[in-house]
Amino acid sequence: MHRLYIVPTMIINVVIVLVPALLTVVLAFYNWDGISTPTFAGLNNFRALAADGVFWSALGNNIIWTLIFLTVPIAMGLLAASMLLITRRGSNLLQIVYFLPVVIATPITARIWQGMIYSPVTGIFGVLKKYGLPIPNPLTQPSIALFGVATVDLWHWWGFLCVIFFAALRQVPQEQIEAARLEGATYFQMMRYVLLPGIRPTITLLMIMTVIWSFLAFDFVYILTQGGPAYSSEVLSTLAYRHAFYDLNVGQAAAAALVISIFGLIGTFFYVRIQTREGEQ
Amino acid sequence: MRLVESRATLTISYLVLAIFAFIALFPIALLLLNSLKPAAQIVQNPLGLPQPIRWQNFVNAWNHAKFSKTFVNSLFVSGTTIVLVCSTSSLTAYVLARKKIKSWKIFTFYLLATTTAPIQLYLFPLYFGFAKLGLINNIFGVALIYTALFSPFAVMLLRTYFLAVPKELEEAAIVDGATSWQVFSKVMLPIVSPGILTVALIIGLNSWNEFLIATTFLQKADNVTAVIAFYLLSGQYSSDWGEIMAAALIIVIPVVALFVFMQKRFIEGMAGGSVKG
Repeated sequence: MHRLYIVPTMIINVVIVLVPALLTVVLAFYNWDGISTPTFAGLNNFRALAADGVFWSALGNNIIWTLIFLTVPIAMGLLAASMLLITRRGSNLLQIVYFLPVVIATPITARIWQGMIYSPVTGIFGVLKKYGLPIPNPLTQPSIALFGVATVDLWHWWGFLCVIFFAALRQVPQEQIEAARLEGATYFQMMRYVLLPGIRPTITLLMIMTVIWSFLAFDFVYILTQGGPAYSSEVLSTLAYRHAFYDLNVGQAAAAALVISIFGLIGTFFYVRIQTREGEQ
Repeated sequence: MRLVESRATLTISYLVLAIFAFIALFPIALLLLNSLKPAAQIVQNPLGLPQPIRWQNFVNAWNHAKFSKTFVNSLFVSGTTIVLVCSTSSLTAYVLARKKIKSWKIFTFYLLATTTAPIQLYLFPLYFGFAKLGLINNIFGVALIYTALFSPFAVMLLRTYFLAVPKELEEAAIVDGATSWQVFSKVMLPIVSPGILTVALIIGLNSWNEFLIATTFLQKADNVTAVIAFYLLSGQYSSDWGEIMAAALIIVIPVVALFVFMQKRFIEGMAGGSVKG
């Protein structure tokens, strides 16, 4: 009787996630415009992707994106979290402040940055220009558009990491910290020998999640640049979206989605292994 | 507790934390400031104080984004998602916490994989399937998708709450003649209700803010959620940044108020759900 309790969750999940996912695998081997009857295409969709320069630069952009998010926001989060631990007073309020960007919807975050910061007409970059500091709008420069988008996502995101790191740091055994303190450890020694080793599982999990999320990056690219200018900020998920809904080439979109999924599933494998191993203890 | 004795370290810490706070708050301050200005003033100086304050931005934003309609859509989507996720996930989490199911590892693997799998992996067939069934522009359909996407997270989080309940409580109820459903609904659910509240908050926030699914499955201006209405307003119909920022504020204020009020639950839930403690 009990076991049947899992049925509602499973039905919804199978219908909405599993069946369509399996269909995507099938569709990747077909030509389909979303309307007429699909025709078998063999490996043609994958060949077309491999022959497409945009696909490779999108993959490259995903890798750059991953490298940025594995370093900058994690370092920011760790730094801020460890300093919250040092000061303690006001840490509650600061946590709220750092977390605020996380609760703002992505289109709103994107528009604030686009109009109020990057824009040379209505934003801060325009003010800087008046004072003789002409910075171009990063979203319109092919060489830096990807970084312009990533900065927005960074701002939106790092507070989440900070708050989770802070929660983890507070679980580090009090005696270890106390012992290090009595021996006169500096901030860096405290980090290096006590705090970072103490929260290693959390750091590992968040790094795996970061890799997975980096390959899913969609909202900010889609809203801010649509992958442009000249595909310079295209990532795999916007490429797949464009193939499906603008070019009506669903088969190729499915093939691109499979490529994204391979990276996601590799990450997921490690993530789940760590999660379930901890669950046993 | 003080980590380090040195006064210099303490000073530097506060300085760094203040810089971080500035980074987090500066764009939000621009949002507040410019939502009260006419467009011309923003061009002149986005950092200046609004003179005079233009409340009309909010009225225009409300009308242009059809918030009297789209806000209700958002409330419906989030509310339905919360109810569906909480009711189905609490059942599943209870089983996962209590029953020694041989295949539970595979089951957990499957659920976790759903939380991390790219939406694109199932988005396209799902979209064309929904189109066939006439479910495009149907906000209940979107709530169903959210339920599928968010319930694995809810299951994982609620499972930890169920695990914390002592088994003796159930055994006592069974001795008193309770059925398994009564044990679940009368004994277990009330105890884990703080967990359910946390799940409801996080799921509510996620479904209120969600973009990709909503923009794909809702296309008629009357059927979109508030966030998508904002996206459409800011993209096509208006270049009045004062109005755009006012529209943004209208969507953000309830979320921020709820977050500040319940921040402990939000943060514990997020930390507990994605990185199990």
